[in-house]
Amino acid sequence: MMNREGRATTPGNAARPDAFQTHSGHRALVQEEPLIFELGRPGKIGVDLPEPKGTQSRLGNTARRGFIGLPDLSEPEVVRHYVRLSQKNFSIDTGMFPLGSCTMKHNPRLNEKMARLPGFADIHPLQPQETVPGAFEVMDELARWLKVLTGMPAVAMSPKAGAHGELCGLMAIKAAIEARGEKRTRILVPESAHGTNPATAALIGFTVDSIPATPRGRVDLAAMKAKLGPDVAAVMVTNPNTCGLFENEVREIADAIHGVGGYFYCDGANYNAIVGRVRPGDLGIDAMHINLHKTFSTPHGGGGPGAGPVVFSDALAPFVPLPYVVSEAGGHRLVEHASEDPAAKPFGRMVAFHGQMGMFTRALTYMFSHGADGLRQVAEDAVLNANYILASLKDVYNAPFAASGPCMHEALFDDTAFEGVTTLDIAKALIDEGFHPMTVYFPLVVHGAMLVEPTETESKETLDVFIASMRGLAEDARAGKVERFKGAPFLAPRARLDETAAARKPVLRWEPPKRAEAAE
Amino acid sequence: MSETRFTEQHEWVRIENGVATVGITRYAAEQLGDVVYVELPAIGKKVEAEKEAAVVESVKAASEVYAPLSGEVVATNDALSADPAKVNADPEGEGWFMKIRLVNPGDAQKLMTRDAYDAFVKGL
Repeated sequence: MMNREGRATTPGNAARPDAFQTHSGHRALVQEEPLIFELGRPGKIGVDLPEPKGTQSRLGNTARRGFIGLPDLSEPEVVRHYVRLSQKNFSIDTGMFPLGSCTMKHNPRLNEKMARLPGFADIHPLQPQETVPGAFEVMDELARWLKVLTGMPAVAMSPKAGAHGELCGLMAIKAAIEARGEKRTRILVPESAHGTNPATAALIGFTVDSIPATPRGRVDLAAMKAKLGPDVAAVMVTNPNTCGLFENEVREIADAIHGVGGYFYCDGANYNAIVGRVRPGDLGIDAMHINLHKTFSTPHGGGGPGAGPVVFSDALAPFVPLPYVVSEAGGHRLVEHASEDPAAKPFGRMVAFHGQMGMFTRALTYMFSHGADGLRQVAEDAVLNANYILASLKDVYNAPFAASGPCMHEALFDDTAFEGVTTLDIAKALIDEGFHPMTVYFPLVVHGAMLVEPTETESKETLDVFIASMRGLAEDARAGKVERFKGAPFLAPRARLDETAAARKPVLRWEPPKRAEAAE
Repeated sequence: MSETRFTEQHEWVRIENGVATVGITRYAAEQLGDVVYVELPAIGKKVEAEKEAAVVESVKAASEVYAPLSGEVVATNDALSADPAKVNADPEGEGWFMKIRLVNPGDAQKLMTRDAYDAFVKGL
């Protein structure tokens, strides 16, 4: 019943060292911002329209009598409210955002320019097909690049994100097993997997069986083989894995699962570390999702929708979901029904339409602007940057797998070198240093994990400032300066939040003040 | 009052008249951090040794609590739903999870003694 995180979640007792208080409550030009409902004052309006004359209401009993419940505000108040909120957001356009596993990398502006061309931005999925040949060509060309880069013969473009791609891959695997007249119930997932992997397997009715990791942070091949049997549908392996390490025995894993008639699903979330260097098709992989919002630089997280196309091996290619674009002598054609393609046995469809068209345009722009050699260099630089961080910090932070050699695109540390200072303290202190924290307490197989992914787009100068900050924090932690951490961040608009109170006594909605009190 | 026994999954069990009181150990509670929610089994539920019987959720993670021994749930600590902090404050007392009427009380001998468990935790 244990997790291995060891995460402290209350702020501690330290006071802010900079207790200077302003009269307004603002801190310099950082404005305190109430909820928009608290800003409203009865009677304020944004637009002043004259009362219409000579009209008679025909609403009768349906006319609104009660309070509508929306804030009353002027236009400049609304504008300032949302601009101030937007300025509180820390993004990849503000500074370094070294979230391991999540890959926050620069979104080139050329991508945005292309996606905003009216021929792409203003089309509708229901308009006549002959009016959008350009959109079909983008989808087909992007599909071709994905197939060539991965060495896989087929791709499903419609999944909307990584976990949706996992679902698509496992549904194809389920369809392939059913087509063989078999019933297989188990899926093997390493304990270092992304949490979505076991969740996806469970969602479509498989039993999840966990494979332990070796001390080198890789899948324990012997333990995996011991769990294989005729009821195993697939193994789901992330490669490079969530510890930022390449699974060296990936071919043996593929041979072992194929030996019992199962399929090899690869979580391709970390494909950005190997794009252009390794073709997953050569590793024996049957299905792999590709996060366009990670590897191919389309906006991520709050910045835009994800897109998770899935590439398939020959064994699974017939089961690719509808719809898809085929390239013919006369141009491109959209296949919407199984009857239109005699070779196809689609398992169904994932979404109503064709996927994230805006992301397709951005990803293809990224591919065209980098070229095959540029994409290879993306992977090389991402790995080089991560290893620069690993090499620069492993003498002051414990790096649990550094002894097994270089890492891939992310460097993993933990807090075991410190007494009384935890990973959460380091992460919060890093906010004071002007960096978004790294991923903390993931992967779960490492106690107090800190997973740093610099990405290829950070310069050496930026990395050096980050490294200097991290080294300084480590030295303070080693010197036992616990007070320097407890309660951090001190310079942010809010100091350490009480996560425990937030979870035990959540305030889930804003309640208006009682009308009587408001009238006083 | 019999002695307390322990599992490698960090549950403790104390048996009186064939009924085992079960909870999670102090080490487990400390590792989990502040517990915010506990999901307990229904009274009358048959539980199997080493299979999931309850769920404990801390600020960051949810974890299963396994039944140390097989039997039928005869009581649960409903005070935990109002105040899950009891699990952190007094894990081996007021923070108990459930009482199980054991199929085979003798099986408890297979579980670790306090000395053995302390040594086990030290080795982690």
